[in-house]
Amino acid sequence: MTQLALVIDLNVCVGCHACVTSCKQWNTSGPAGFMSDDNPYDKDPNGTFFNRVQSFEIGEFPKTETVHFPKSCLHCEDPPCVPVCPTGASYKREEDGIVLVDYDKCIGCKYCSWACPYGARELDEHQKVMKKCTLCVDRIYDESLPESERKPACVMACPTDARLFGDVHDPDSQVSTAIREEGGYQLMPEWGTKPANHYLPRRKTRIKIHEDELIRADNPLKKEGVKPRTVVDEPTLDDVTSW
Amino acid sequence: MHPAFSVIFLTTLIGVGQGLFLALMTGQSYAAVGLVTVSNPNEFYAYGSVTALLFLIGGLIASFFHLGRPERAWRSAARWRTSWLSREVIVLPIFMLLVFVYGMLHFIGWDPNILGAEQPLQGQLSLFVGILGMVACFALFICTAMIYACMKFLQEWYSPLTVINYIVLGGASGFTLATLHASVYEPGLTQLFGVWATIITLVALVTRLASLYRNTRIKHKSTIQSAIGVRHSSIDQKTQGMMGGSFNTREFFHGASQIWYRSVRWIFLILTFPLTLALLWAGLETGNGLFLALAFVSQYLGLIAERWFFFAQANHPQNMYYQSI
Repeated sequence: MTQLALVIDLNVCVGCHACVTSCKQWNTSGPAGFMSDDNPYDKDPNGTFFNRVQSFEIGEFPKTETVHFPKSCLHCEDPPCVPVCPTGASYKREEDGIVLVDYDKCIGCKYCSWACPYGARELDEHQKVMKKCTLCVDRIYDESLPESERKPACVMACPTDARLFGDVHDPDSQVSTAIREEGGYQLMPEWGTKPANHYLPRRKTRIKIHEDELIRADNPLKKEGVKPRTVVDEPTLDDVTSW
Repeated sequence: MHPAFSVIFLTTLIGVGQGLFLALMTGQSYAAVGLVTVSNPNEFYAYGSVTALLFLIGGLIASFFHLGRPERAWRSAARWRTSWLSREVIVLPIFMLLVFVYGMLHFIGWDPNILGAEQPLQGQLSLFVGILGMVACFALFICTAMIYACMKFLQEWYSPLTVINYIVLGGASGFTLATLHASVYEPGLTQLFGVWATIITLVALVTRLASLYRNTRIKHKSTIQSAIGVRHSSIDQKTQGMMGGSFNTREFFHGASQIWYRSVRWIFLILTFPLTLALLWAGLETGNGLFLALAFVSQYLGLIAERWFFFAQANHPQNMYYQSI
């Protein structure tokens, strides 16, 4: 069974918000209708976003590190938002595991947003229905796009390749390999939601150089303390050779 | 959580309606076995049912204000297999219909003995409909409370105490209203309902204090470490990705000042329990209906504050992502 998901590399994310704007641009222009954006350049801006980048400072000054943390729907394998929906508008697709909202069935009761521990759902202020990340379901299967572009808009936009997209149930996929080999983890595993999206942690690349790799232990010149003697009273090669 | 007034009125109003109906059935059950005599049963039960129905309709109307798309509300009966909200949507009209039928049976005075005339039990048809109504009434209490009690990561709600409190608080307010109702239509039953209202209010005080005790000592399973998956004891949010606020900052924070938040707890504890009990006692001692009316008003206002606090106290784990602008 396929489970499409994102893998977000926190080691690489620079917090540029390109995924945020790209997501908003693609999804507000899509067939599902606009995403609210009130007073975008004015006092009290307010709008619907599927994706946000947050920043956290880890540690205490001066030993701090800034972690940029993109946050969107995690497309849980056991999504708590789906069974609580009274109308069936919130559902998980069998074929690829994407959690979606049917905007034509949603009554805007907000119950699913209460049931999501990650706060991944937003009520659109104008359409009055619940909205969330669709993994660009209107893009990834679009055969009019070249195959290399059949990815979510956020993945296309990321300048540092911090966002990977693929099937986390396929053990040989790029995302599964990254999760396996780079220590990918899930958010709030304590609730058993089994998020499909994974995050790759900060990693330090260090080389361990031993001292004897810098100073050759087997240097023959240092053997048993014998040092090359400079011989001054013997004739040099120049003295004895007529070139 | 942000306390929405639509949900506060929905849960408190239908609680009163349900409690009042349970009180009417208590009265009729006592009368059926001859423990009390109701001198004017048709008026008493019929007007009581109408009052209960009005509260239920009020709650239903309030619930529509919670919906973004109320015109699609009919769709919400679809997922009763998994969703407690859907179950509530189904049980509420069934209960309202049973209360209506119950009231109508008494109003037109048609109450044949369906078990046969030789049975000692009188008022068999209305008792039968009333028992069905009681089943629906408790089912509705459970559905309403389970909407909140089923969400495991809202740990303040994820407890059997939530269900118990919805039942006893609704029951207490309904029996207090029944005491007032009896003082107008059937003064002989005022003492009966008054004593029951006192008992249920005292039980509610114990169970509500128990849930307050539990919730102030709750240890939240989710931490900022598990929320972003960084294992470090010192994590400080620097930005939440926007400055203007969003659905996440409006829906999940109560937004009130700490002073207000703390005082609401005392307001609801005083209005719902001691003040109501004192007014009930005064009403029963003096026989003055005004005290009983004040008792109900005090308890209902207290329950509005109680429901506000119930929502405000619940701490949603998503709030950890929105600690700093």
